[in-house]
Amino acid sequence: MPLLRDLKGTVQPFWVTLRNMFRKPVTIQYPEEKRQPPPRYRARIILTRDPDGGERCVACYLCSAACPVDCISMQSAEQPNGRRYATWFRINFARCIYCGLCAEACPTWAIQMSPDYEFSKYASIDMVYEKEDLLVDHGGKDSEYNYYRHAGIGVVNPRGGNEDEYGPVDIKTNMP
Amino acid sequence: MIDWVMVLLTLIKLILILGVVLTMAAYLVLAERKILARMQLRYGPNRVGPFGLLQPLADVIKLLTKEDFVPTGADKWLFMLAPGLAAVTAILSFAVVPFAPALTIFGREVPMVVCDLNVGVLYFLGLSSLAVYGVALGGWASNSKYSLLGGIRGLAQLISYELSMGLSIVPVVLHARSFSLTEIVHAQETVPFLITNPIAFFIFMVSVAAESRRVPFDLPEAENEIVAGFHTEYSGMRFGLFFVGEYINMIILGSVTTVFFLGGWHGPLLPPIVWFMLKVLAVAFFFIWMRGTLPRLRYDQLMHFGWKFLIPLALVNVLVTGAVLLALR
Ligand code: SF4
Ligand code: SF4
Repeated sequence: MPLLRDLKGTVQPFWVTLRNMFRKPVTIQYPEEKRQPPPRYRARIILTRDPDGGERCVACYLCSAACPVDCISMQSAEQPNGRRYATWFRINFARCIYCGLCAEACPTWAIQMSPDYEFSKYASIDMVYEKEDLLVDHGGKDSEYNYYRHAGIGVVNPRGGNEDEYGPVDIKTNMP
Repeated sequence: MIDWVMVLLTLIKLILILGVVLTMAAYLVLAERKILARMQLRYGPNRVGPFGLLQPLADVIKLLTKEDFVPTGADKWLFMLAPGLAAVTAILSFAVVPFAPALTIFGREVPMVVCDLNVGVLYFLGLSSLAVYGVALGGWASNSKYSLLGGIRGLAQLISYELSMGLSIVPVVLHARSFSLTEIVHAQETVPFLITNPIAFFIFMVSVAAESRRVPFDLPEAENEIVAGFHTEYSGMRFGLFFVGEYINMIILGSVTTVFFLGGWHGPLLPPIVWFMLKVLAVAFFFIWMRGTLPRLRYDQLMHFGWKFLIPLALVNVLVTGAVLLALR
């Protein structure tokens, strides 16, 4: 019967709200109580280091190209041994939308999202982070990853002339 | 000759009522926010002072220091007058509300009501009709489409529900054989009219909720349809006046509900004034509870409910009550 249903629909919610009144609120009282964000939470971006303590970033510009709001900028350069690095690296967090595309694009695991969400500022110029502010002294989510330590150095020295590198193989020796 | 003592007493009563009502209105806002929050499993305001008790003060300071803004093309005088109208009509109604039996001080009978009008019911109805001018003029003078829509809705709604409200009080007046609110309370010494005429009580409560423009009847200010309705363009203390007017209105409607149906100050054990307050607060709580529970009606539902259900029901109720009373005599 529609009338009965309407009446029930009008009266029953009163009981629900009354019961809710005596339940404990679910609010987290923020500055005093803090919730632990999940490990993959996307907040402040960091630049990590490889296990040897060197910078992972090879200044490939992939993150800056992937960023939908163009908030990453850098200048690439080469060390004397040919290893690429960024002379300066800047993220404007006032524009960043924390989409994580930069971290996904990065081939070296250098740029990563960290769960540190508490960094509001009074002036938006303070939201512009330079390389020194972004660099941390750990490897982030994968501390063992070290694949790009020698990236690019083969261009400067002759093949086989770098540490941890074998000389060229004489393919004729493989013949029967 | 002017009875100076009487004048003085009246003045004291006026100041007392004004003070109590304004404080109550301020804390009703806080209470509403807190209760609504608890119903939604939140805490509500709890930062300003212990348990957020200083929140009303903070709100007043905020409203007072905000910019007083009049939109271009607004009818300046009406725009500035409307919020005052809303608040003043609400406060004026308290003149006829008896909140305790007459006291005897220094051998002199002091009625605990500012003015015991013999047509108190009509005075109250008249003022509640005037209250719509605050909404309608505010909506019209703002020179904004949302305000205008809100104002029109407010007018239509108040006219519709005024009728059923008036009709629902008729049985009460028939019972009490008087238009004076004090007499009505006296008539409920043993049994409140809530028991003798629950249908009238139901109609009255619904109409009163519609009168005070609260959820589920808050169409004039429906936030998600017409921004904020008639007070879209208001800011600062003028908005505050509308706001405070709404809560004063809630108290006055609670008071008249108490007087008409809940037996006024009558009650066992506790002093009369405490009973009166408790009943008013209970009605106020019910309004808050309703706001936390029911969704807003659609406009056509509102009109259908008013004209096709409440008013016929009220008319039948008047006839039946009259017939029964006549038969009992
Ligand atoms: S998280 Fe998204 S918006 Fe922020 S820097 Fe990375 S790519 Fe750009
Ligand atoms: S952070 Fe990663 S993606 Fe960005 S320039 Fe450095 S290596 Fe390339």
